[in-house]
Amino acid sequence: MNRDHIVGTSVPRLEGREKVSGQARYVDDMVLPGMLYGATVRSQIPRGKIRKITFGQQIPWQEFVIVSARDIPGKNCIALIEDDQPCLADGVVNHPEEPILLLAHEDRHVLPMAVEAVSVEFDPLPAIFTIEESEGRREIIGGRDNTFKTILIEKGDVESAWEKADYIVEGEYRTGAQEQLYIESNGMIAAFEPRQGLTVWGSLQCPYYVHKALMNLCGLPADRVRVVQLETGGAFGGKEEYPSMIAAHAALLAVKSGRPVKIIYDRMEDMAATTKRHPSRTRHRTAVSKDGKILGGTIDFTTDGGAYATLSSVVLSRGAIHAGGAYHWPSVRISAKAVATNAPPHGAFRGFGAPQSLFALERHMDHIAEVLRLSPVEIRRRNFLRPGQTTTTGQSLSDPIDLGRLLDRAMELSDYAAKKESFARGNQQGSSKKGIGIAAFLHGAGFTGAGERYLSSVVGVEANEDGTVRVLVSSAEFGQGTKTVLCQIAAEALGLRYEDVRIAQPDTQEVPNSGPTVASRTVMVIGKLVQSAATGILQTLRASGLLGESYSAEEFRRACREYVRTRGELRSLARYQQPEDIVWDEEKYRGSAYAAFSWAVYVATVTVDLTAYSVTVDDFVALQEVGKVVHPVLAKGQIIGGVAQGIGFALYEKVVWENGRMQNGQMTNYIMPTSADLPPIRVYFEEMGNVHGAFGAKGIGELPMDGPAPAIVNAVQDALGVSFDAIPLLPEDIFDALARQEVRPEHAAPAQKNP
Amino acid sequence: MRAHPANYELIAPGDYRAVLSLLANEPGMWLPIAGGTDLMVQYAAGKLPRRKLVSIWNLPELRRIEIFPSEIQIGAGCTYTELRTHDMVNREFTLLSRAAGWTGGIANQNRGTIGGNIVNASPAADSLPALLVYDAELILASARGERRVPYVSFHLDYRKTQLAPDELVRSVCLPRRFSGYYAHARKVGARKAQAIAKVCLAALGRLGHGTVEDIRLAMGSVAPVPLRLVETEGSLKGKRINAALVRFASQTAAREIRPIDDIRSTARYRARVAGNLVAEFLEALGAGGTRE
Amino acid sequence: MSALPRECPKSEITLTVNGKRVTVHAFAMDRLLDVLRTDLDLTGTKEGCGEGECGSCSVLLDGVLVNSCLIPILQAQGTSIVTIEGLSADRRALALQQAFLDCGGAQCGICTPGMILAACYLLHKTPRPTAEEISEGLSGNLCRCTGYLQIIEAVEEAARRGVST
Repeated sequence: MNRDHIVGTSVPRLEGREKVSGQARYVDDMVLPGMLYGATVRSQIPRGKIRKITFGQQIPWQEFVIVSARDIPGKNCIALIEDDQPCLADGVVNHPEEPILLLAHEDRHVLPMAVEAVSVEFDPLPAIFTIEESEGRREIIGGRDNTFKTILIEKGDVESAWEKADYIVEGEYRTGAQEQLYIESNGMIAAFEPRQGLTVWGSLQCPYYVHKALMNLCGLPADRVRVVQLETGGAFGGKEEYPSMIAAHAALLAVKSGRPVKIIYDRMEDMAATTKRHPSRTRHRTAVSKDGKILGGTIDFTTDGGAYATLSSVVLSRGAIHAGGAYHWPSVRISAKAVATNAPPHGAFRGFGAPQSLFALERHMDHIAEVLRLSPVEIRRRNFLRPGQTTTTGQSLSDPIDLGRLLDRAMELSDYAAKKESFARGNQQGSSKKGIGIAAFLHGAGFTGAGERYLSSVVGVEANEDGTVRVLVSSAEFGQGTKTVLCQIAAEALGLRYEDVRIAQPDTQEVPNSGPTVASRTVMVIGKLVQSAATGILQTLRASGLLGESYSAEEFRRACREYVRTRGELRSLARYQQPEDIVWDEEKYRGSAYAAFSWAVYVATVTVDLTAYSVTVDDFVALQEVGKVVHPVLAKGQIIGGVAQGIGFALYEKVVWENGRMQNGQMTNYIMPTSADLPPIRVYFEEMGNVHGAFGAKGIGELPMDGPAPAIVNAVQDALGVSFDAIPLLPEDIFDALARQEVRPEHAAPAQKNP
Repeated sequence: MRAHPANYELIAPGDYRAVLSLLANEPGMWLPIAGGTDLMVQYAAGKLPRRKLVSIWNLPELRRIEIFPSEIQIGAGCTYTELRTHDMVNREFTLLSRAAGWTGGIANQNRGTIGGNIVNASPAADSLPALLVYDAELILASARGERRVPYVSFHLDYRKTQLAPDELVRSVCLPRRFSGYYAHARKVGARKAQAIAKVCLAALGRLGHGTVEDIRLAMGSVAPVPLRLVETEGSLKGKRINAALVRFASQTAAREIRPIDDIRSTARYRARVAGNLVAEFLEALGAGGTRE
Repeated sequence: MSALPRECPKSEITLTVNGKRVTVHAFAMDRLLDVLRTDLDLTGTKEGCGEGECGSCSVLLDGVLVNSCLIPILQAQGTSIVTIEGLSADRRALALQQAFLDCGGAQCGICTPGMILAACYLLHKTPRPTAEEISEGLSGNLCRCTGYLQIIEAVEEAARRGVST
């Protein structure tokens, strides 16, 4: 049998047919007998004390189930990292849309008017809305002095770098909030029965996060809380931590009413009340030699966490670790902090801090190039990490990656040199200007540092009576093809046909805790554990004498059937073991931050229309080294989809804020690209393998989010000769800059040469 | 969905005269709904101003496109798809068929109607500037009879029109005298499809003996109502198109309009882009566009 | 006026859905989308935005592509509706579905029923569309997962496989 046949092939998607025929059941497609519908009364102000709650007389409140913080059996918080986020506001609110009360009724349609009829009176408190206001500490609204987390990464001697520098280049870069905009909004169904306990079904990425949160909230033991992931219509991180909140709400209503309760957010509520990407501000100060080498520098990376800590510390971590990107920093000091503002808490969104810090870095590299009069290509080539060198956290580069060659290939694929030259000529006249821009970057797969060890994920593979096997993981499928890919891996590991492998729906009653479906860890970390667990099945069958050293797929199935028939359950579990060479010091933030990195060079070609000041991406090359491509069609889809979101991040997706509340929370006025706005995105893979991933696969889910924005803004600068350092970059911003006819002040403050 | 369907009454008499009688007997009580692409969005947001609706979808009297020697009468109930695909509208009123193709996606073009666009009276509507440059007239119908009004005076203020509480727009009449004109239109939105206009221009021009014989410019999203740029037109009539005139005209246009800052864009951006759109049109016209 | 629903009565509304004549007991202003999903248990048609922007609720009404979230059920009286479920025997739709599977046109699947309806409608009118025509024809259907390319490839592939005659 051809052993490489399954992994690396675009096998038919296990979960595919139901989706294309409309038979896949998402949470709002599910109805339970006696089910009520739930809705949330939310704060209309950003910060204040609740003085009084009045229920409008026109509503027959006796028909409703009403839940407040007082009804919470366990702890009034959504347990995650810090436990500072209340499930329901109790006397005080810290952001617009903060949940205060829950209502349930049989008739879904009466809920909006009932919510309107609850009037909450506040004594408002002064609120803060920006990173600068938070740093100013006029008001302390959360965290410790408005700070949720600080991180310091130090390497080498930065002070000596300043002394040796020929140039010191500074820059400040900003990224805005971004809405995940999964087409299926958040939803959850909960049912409670005193004996069985609590069950929730819903749209989510991390069944065990929800499980833990509900245990805490309801004061229930692990075996009396059950979480089932249903078909999920897009997530992108937006359903990493938020589902715990909506599950908590549905659960409270279910417990109080004794009936199943369904809560589905409409688009306006989902956009206004749930998480978004952390806005960020990065300040670079870099010591550079005249031949274009980075000698050292400081990076000040600050994120806006919104009103409660939630995942801000982890987003900050990834952002800080990626802040130095794919380059060699002989010395660096990265000071990172996540601050509190009175906005709905910001949260996970594909990339998770890295798109923010990499935007800054890749823009900054082009600035450095400009100061030194080197090309953007050359500045990168001269500073790329090489095998044997160490990253900003002191991790030794083990991948035999040649980033210079990757860069060359991207240049060739994008026809960079020829285009740059022809654009420069063509831009002399006409009503539009063209430009081409690059971004080179990396993305670490798996949880940061000690995170994977902390998660201690467990994966199961089990033999079925009919001789097929079943994979047991809590990893959720929400478009990336989780089920397909893990079954490919299991089939390949066992020498079975792809058709002989099944996978359980993530249900905490059925599957072990293999951790959350985040951090680009599924194929690499979980896939590797699936391999191990599968090997465990093999070992058991061999040890029982039912299977020889070599065997056919049919022999395997027969052995399984026989084992299960005569000896009962055959289940192999594998638990994550941190590889010995992955050592991380959480105190000093030094060591091996990730087991593996994927690498990429992206090239964007743009046209800037000078009549409307709009930017169109005409061509996009996405070249990446990812270890091993397990399923080519799915992998290509991940890159294209991620690039599309990156293009949105760069050029279209602006959250309009007023007093901490999103004003443009509809699909009409929160602008994501349509099919008419995107170019054909050209995707190329390289595969170098990797010891830590299943069949050498590394992570790809988030990688494509990091490159597009800086590549595009670099291209716009190439086109216009004007620098933009904040995204989203809208036509209005381009117009304002051109109208000012401002040439950015020189970033270089040439250091004094030593006399 | 923030409205309770039980709170709304919708009837569909299926008969044009019956609808007019209803509007006459209970003026201001019944909100006519055609394709619903505007009203149903308001409804779902819980923001529909009235609780009683009467369907005028698919009434034959409102769906006809009638061709006369001097004008074409387009039923107010014609959909954007019908306008996009109608032979004569494409040939002689290309600005209207083009604008119809900009509005929403295909599914919304199949339901949205020109009458709905007019009565909804959003200053951002894509089709309305085209009606202004084509000197459209509206036939307004009621149980009392019909009256014809020049479209240019139909919009009184932001979302306020001349339409009486018992009236429907029956037809849009377009005079057939623009075949010899150079026609140009452009919409600037936040993205290439399904975008509400930040600025849009519909323009017609005719050169004679090297000078501007006639010029018609109308814009959306630059004032509380769709706007005919009369002052800018006046500055161009009889003149020869050159770089200085183009610059002057685009500055005049930027001053003539009254754009605002809103959730979609800024007044200063709209003003500049409006000027740019006028310049773009004039340059094309001057470069020898006698007919598009 | 009471904020609670007055008894605006429901009425019997008859229409054809996926080839079958049905009568529903509904409010005139019930959205066609909700009648399909709730009264008729045809949950393949999805709600993504409720404002006619995302196209997830696309159905065919008398052969014409429409957003069902914007249609009051009374206006659908006497019409013939086709949903994703009704395409299960349609040759063109089946080939589209297969092409979507082969080309990666569906990731999370929530936009997919609407996409397939819109693609069917497009292929019916334009049997061999260019990539640009496909892009325009689907521009009213938003997808957040795929970046559209593999959807366009799927429609091209389906057209190539000769599904349109």
